[in-house]
Amino acid sequence: MTRRPFATIALALAALSGTGLAQASDDYIVLASTTSTEASGLFGAIIPRFTEATGIEVRVVAVGTGQAFEIARRGDADSLLVHDTAGEERFVEEGYGTERADVMVNDFVIIGPGGDPAGISEAETVAEAMRLIAEVEAPFASRGDDSGTHRAEQRLWETAGVEPGGSWYRELGSGMGPTLNTAAAMDAYVMSDRATWVAFENPQDLTLLFEGDEALFNQYGSLLIDPERHPHLKHDLAEQWHRWLLSEEGQQAIADFTVNGQPLFFPNAHSD
Amino acid sequence: MNDMLRQPTDTGTGIAPLAFEAVTVTHRGQPLLGPLDLRLAGCHRTLVMGPNGAGKSLLLRLAHGLLAPSAGRVSWEGTTPRQAMVFQRPVLLKRSAIDNLTYALAVSGTPRPERRDRAREALARFGLAPLEKRPARVLSGGEQQRLALARAWLTRPEVLFLDEPTSALDPAAIRAVEEAVLDFHRRGTRILMTTHDLNQARRLADDVVLLYGGRLIEHTPAERFFTQPRTPEGQAFLRGELVW
Amino acid sequence: MPADANAFQTALALILGMDPVLLGIVALSVQVSLSAVLIAALLALPLGAALALWRFPGRGAIVVTLNALMGLPPVVAGLAVYLLLSRAGPLGPLGLLFTPTAMVIAQVILILPIIAALTRQQIEELHGEYRDQLRSLGVSRPRMMPTLLWDARFSLITVILAGFGRASAEVGAVMIVGGNIDGVTRVMTTAIVLETSKGNLPLALGLGLVLLGLVLLVNAAAHLVGETARRRLG
Repeated sequence: MTRRPFATIALALAALSGTGLAQASDDYIVLASTTSTEASGLFGAIIPRFTEATGIEVRVVAVGTGQAFEIARRGDADSLLVHDTAGEERFVEEGYGTERADVMVNDFVIIGPGGDPAGISEAETVAEAMRLIAEVEAPFASRGDDSGTHRAEQRLWETAGVEPGGSWYRELGSGMGPTLNTAAAMDAYVMSDRATWVAFENPQDLTLLFEGDEALFNQYGSLLIDPERHPHLKHDLAEQWHRWLLSEEGQQAIADFTVNGQPLFFPNAHSD
Repeated sequence: MNDMLRQPTDTGTGIAPLAFEAVTVTHRGQPLLGPLDLRLAGCHRTLVMGPNGAGKSLLLRLAHGLLAPSAGRVSWEGTTPRQAMVFQRPVLLKRSAIDNLTYALAVSGTPRPERRDRAREALARFGLAPLEKRPARVLSGGEQQRLALARAWLTRPEVLFLDEPTSALDPAAIRAVEEAVLDFHRRGTRILMTTHDLNQARRLADDVVLLYGGRLIEHTPAERFFTQPRTPEGQAFLRGELVW
Repeated sequence: MPADANAFQTALALILGMDPVLLGIVALSVQVSLSAVLIAALLALPLGAALALWRFPGRGAIVVTLNALMGLPPVVAGLAVYLLLSRAGPLGPLGLLFTPTAMVIAQVILILPIIAALTRQQIEELHGEYRDQLRSLGVSRPRMMPTLLWDARFSLITVILAGFGRASAEVGAVMIVGGNIDGVTRVMTTAIVLETSKGNLPLALGLGLVLLGLVLLVNAAAHLVGETARRRLG
């Protein structure tokens, strides 16, 4: 008699646990992508339009670019959308991907404390801006996580002829959002993709100080994964997604996405 | 004192005798008991006496098989009888009084439909019927010990071991336990019980085993032990001079 | 805007608003963690009890390992499960990666050692008290297991709650094996990480308060049940 309530609770828990864990349908693909696209809200805006058109659900696993490549290499994602053109081309050359296509660009911007102690808002080029920061040794928060953004930042330092280091250069090993949070807390300069910056809600004293140099453009590419290497993946559905991104409809969806009235991604698929 | 109660009963002599042969117990090299030879037969009420630390509990635990001797042999000369033990502090399960009894019945293989009725019967016999649904752990000390006796009763033991079952009880509860012991005996159960209460031993014993410092001093019929003990230690014990 | 001041308002608004997205996230969190606790308990309670009751070669090693695994970093557990369930891994063909099932598996690995190690401790203590009586009744060791587990039920509820607390609070493992997919594997903790990375600190903290409230609720309920029963059964 005393056993019954416990048994009832256990049964109820089991029943509760069982429901909802079942997969809804098989009509979905797993897309490995970067945090910038997810956190900015781009996927939230364009995926419903794709799903409406095709009935295919897209499940986004948003991670750093390096991890996204790794997930795709292991065959754990059906599709890949990242922003590291050199890495993407290597992915195809190594035989993991069969096709890579430009989808859209956004750009990087340099953010810093409102007072702008290094005076970078007056700089002509991004290289000059980076040099100014290094000269006054103003605190700079770097992703330090080997992500696409981190690699782009390192290329900029190289162009500027600066080898960053010392106590002013802080490598955080974090994603874009956490890096912005940290930069805000320590009044540091930081390079961010525009999308994450515009959607970021905790700027405190941070403000956009430098933008517009061509060297700051950030190309996104979509990749098709080799069906021979990973035959279990949903290549048909993944290809539909890939083609849709490059189609007029998909490109329009990207162009229509704005945050605070500001477009963040600029479609640039090459119409063949 | 009722003389009838002191009559050694020879009914139930079918119970196998229990033999201790050169039994010793040591703990980390320290001798605690023995070497000891003892034979218990018939259906007697044997009271094990002696000062604290004499080895009374050890003897009981050896007899019941809860403890293996370090050397020597404890054995039943024949079929091992059904046994039960009642401890100084009764160990009751965290369940109701009746569930404690049905548990013992379940363990002994009693079919489920019989358990409840037999448990109720035992509760009634030990005056616990109104407490049937009460959690065993919140009963008074005397009630708990009666419940432990009822549990022992249900297993119909041929040999019952009791380790100072009354040392923490008030006089009324002590009386109840003693009556229960006599009930068991009347039903043909051999009793092996430790106590440090001389009066209790006078009331219950057919024969007395006196331990002192881990050694067996004497094993004597009660009549004789309480009037003219064989050993100087026995005499000292009766005078209350044998301590440690 | 100070995040901390807004967090309570945000949490309140979240709860009162009954936002379907939030409800989905809460429901998934509860389902995943409860499933994990249930499965872990089914395995760990007998395991802990067996370790308390039997002496066998290698037992010490198992006990030490379990105790050490109580401190296993969730990220490591997540990584191990990821490699196991990845298409390139041994269980890849099951296709479980980035599903709630994968999250349940990771959480089971995290909390099983906790429940098993603490169960062993509780049962060993109770066995010390019951040993002579149970042996006197002729209870075999296998039969002692359910008896001791049942009689230790009140302390074991606390043990299981500790497991539930760890399961529902951890983020490292479910992030890796679940992927924090919107509407599929997003739970309270991964949602908090996401909102933090968006800089939406009030919402993140609000979600944290909702999670805290949930855990408090479960604990309070269990405490109430436990105390009432304890008082009744002594």
